[in-house]
Amino acid sequence: MSTEHDRGRPGRALRAAGRYRGLVALGVVLLLGAVVSPRNLKTGQSVFLTATNQSNVLFEYAEYGLLAVGMTLVILTAGIDLSVGSVLGFVATLFSYLLIARGWALPSAIAVGLLGGTACGLVSGILVSRLRLQPFVATLAMMVAARGAAKMVSGGIKIAHGARPWYAVQDAPPPIFEWMTMPAAGGWLRPVTVTFLVTILLMALVVRYTRFGRHLYAIGGNEEAARLSGVHVTRAKLLAYVLCGLTAAMAGICNACHMGYGDPEAGFTYELDAIAAVVIGGTSLMGGRGGVMLTLVGTLIIGYANKILSLIGWQEAQRLLAKGTIIVLAVVIQETRRHR
Amino acid sequence: MVADAEVRQPLLQMHGIRKSFSGVQALRGVSLEVCAGEVHGLVGENGAGKSTLMHVLSGALQPDGGEIVLHGETVPIASPQAAQSLGIAMIHQELSLVAGISVAANILLNREPRNGVGLVDWRAMNREAARLMAGLQTPVDVSSPTEEFGIAVQQMIEVAKALSYEARLIIMDEPTSALAEVEVRRLFETVRDLRKRGVAVIYISHKMEEIYAICDRVTVLRDGAYVGTAPTADLPKERLIHWMVGRKIEQLFPERHVRPGDVVLEVAGMTLPAAEGKRRVVDEVGLTVRAGEIVGLAGLRGSGAGELLGCVFGAYGSRAQGKVTLRGRAVAVRSPAEAIGRGIAMLTNDRKATGLVLPMSVLHNMTLASLGVLAPVGLVRRQAELSAAQPLAESLDLRAASLDVEVNALSGGNQQKVALAKWLLTDPAVLLLDEPTRGIDVGAKAEIYELLDRLAAAGKAILLTTSELPELLAMSDRIVVMHRGKVTARLARGEATQETVMAAAMEAETHEH
Repeated sequence: MSTEHDRGRPGRALRAAGRYRGLVALGVVLLLGAVVSPRNLKTGQSVFLTATNQSNVLFEYAEYGLLAVGMTLVILTAGIDLSVGSVLGFVATLFSYLLIARGWALPSAIAVGLLGGTACGLVSGILVSRLRLQPFVATLAMMVAARGAAKMVSGGIKIAHGARPWYAVQDAPPPIFEWMTMPAAGGWLRPVTVTFLVTILLMALVVRYTRFGRHLYAIGGNEEAARLSGVHVTRAKLLAYVLCGLTAAMAGICNACHMGYGDPEAGFTYELDAIAAVVIGGTSLMGGRGGVMLTLVGTLIIGYANKILSLIGWQEAQRLLAKGTIIVLAVVIQETRRHR
Repeated sequence: MVADAEVRQPLLQMHGIRKSFSGVQALRGVSLEVCAGEVHGLVGENGAGKSTLMHVLSGALQPDGGEIVLHGETVPIASPQAAQSLGIAMIHQELSLVAGISVAANILLNREPRNGVGLVDWRAMNREAARLMAGLQTPVDVSSPTEEFGIAVQQMIEVAKALSYEARLIIMDEPTSALAEVEVRRLFETVRDLRKRGVAVIYISHKMEEIYAICDRVTVLRDGAYVGTAPTADLPKERLIHWMVGRKIEQLFPERHVRPGDVVLEVAGMTLPAAEGKRRVVDEVGLTVRAGEIVGLAGLRGSGAGELLGCVFGAYGSRAQGKVTLRGRAVAVRSPAEAIGRGIAMLTNDRKATGLVLPMSVLHNMTLASLGVLAPVGLVRRQAELSAAQPLAESLDLRAASLDVEVNALSGGNQQKVALAKWLLTDPAVLLLDEPTRGIDVGAKAEIYELLDRLAAAGKAILLTTSELPELLAMSDRIVVMHRGKVTARLARGEATQETVMAAAMEAETHEH
């Protein structure tokens, strides 16, 4: 009947390709990796295709991925959280400080670390949802403040076992550091990776199958219409930022385990990688469109692309240029799809 | 006027324009001929191809075939800039002025006068802009920010902008959809003035009265095809509607048989202060609505009729003061969420801005207001959503490829049905309707009227406000007229006529002027 509604009905195959274009892109990247990857001199096997390589990519990108999960929720509401990198640094230092300098028991150190990150998210959330600050401004402030908190906790230096002034308390690395970053017995997945994968899966379910998740889309798509449909806009937005703080805190703990110390500078500019992963996955920065599983795809695309480029010998400088290009391409593809 | 328009050399001829979107024919060889100094109506149901045709003419879309002849010469229109330099201007329904810059800067955007060193000559710019605005009988301070003015003035700014580059052809896309009666009259004066200057105007509208009031000729499109062109004087209304819908609409409005039941909604002393200043947008308003009754709220823009609905719905939070009684029980409604919980629903007056979440699917839009019931513990089950939404979509004859397409992709009438469906799914006792048929075609309008009649018959209490008087008169069992926030008349169905309603709606103005 109407041309307008028929416009959303191209060929079935084309539409499927459109919907799963993120997966298609990931497939292309993986294929490219298999083709261009150098081969192991002894076995002749492609280095890219080894389980070790997959394990490494997932491990190296787990922290970005965790940040990107929470970021997805916030971006779905048409917001942004620039503070996640700093919150990561704050929690990494807080966690290490409690564990190493204070000799706290592991569960309480983890709990307080997660609480610290969640509190950061809560403050951002209140600023955005109740005081109606622009998300960019509110979380920019939190980004600066959380970095300050990280330096305050650590006194501006890395918190490592056996280092001044903490060697008196702990002279051996906390066992959790090694446990989190070593493949579990018999497998190739590290607990850090598992944390990331479980979190993203859980959050994907929450976003897809709960009222809260639906509200995120509604708010991002049209906040006023959502409010007038009875959506508790303030509450849902607040929760999105709180969860974003929580995943940033999880990333912070993973970071401390990964590095073996709490670095107050950790997570510097990570927020940009997290945003890039969300955008490359296909979630719209305008809000209302996208999803958590897309972010997994986006994270993997960045991770694998980066890995391939380093396998074929590109330096970091070149890889950064390539990453910028990928981000632009991803957004361009998104836009052309929408305006067709 | 009409007679010599036909012998005159046409200013614009479009022949056999074809355009398809991903295989779907939106325009199948459409023709259009417009003369200088003519107001040419372009009508058709939503999806008939009017907008597509005008986008082709204004350079926003490239046709797949056909030719455009301007001043007897075949011209390509490759871009909006090209259209502009050919003297074609389009004034969109959603105005496209830049907020934050002055009126003058908007009028002369991209053609700012320069001084000797190449910088913008603000004085010359303001002078030129003021001259143009004065020529349109809208003398405003052209150095003040554009967003300070209402839609009516902003439209004049658009016209001034078109005149500033000597447009010979101005396309107006539903220019009156957000205007009050008085503003419409002023707009018509401007259009007639443009005609006198020899400017051709293509006038797109869904409102019959307007087409007959202002247009010399009218061209009808249906399903992307050209149906016909005729002088409005020779085209009876019934024939025009027949051309548009391809079938006869026997009766636009259903016949109302009212059996009002008990009072469902009672509003007393409702007051809404303006966001700034001491003015009261709604001032001590009281009214009742019975089950099975449609009460019409009449009022010009600024009367507060729409805002009154918002007050009852809790849209203004605690800013609105007053008593709301539901079935004899006083209730506090401080938020839309509370209103929904108590069985009050409100269809907003702008489905795109406040009614629908455009990037969400039809299904998710339909269930958005009833997730509390459909997902009691917070878990949304698709099956539950579908079994609630599907029968309703069918009974509303909602035409969509599937319930999973973005609501964005539907035509105006179908979008409006989705917005209504969202509220019907909450099973409300009270329905507040603000402009329920704005910007939808005649066929869809008739369906919505029919639906309202059925809902009233099913015992819903309906409070309706609309700027289209014939609609209000036909649908309402009683009419409450508001002016500047106050009730100025309460009319029974028998005593309400266009004249009595308008007189009450303009009450204070007639005293003041």
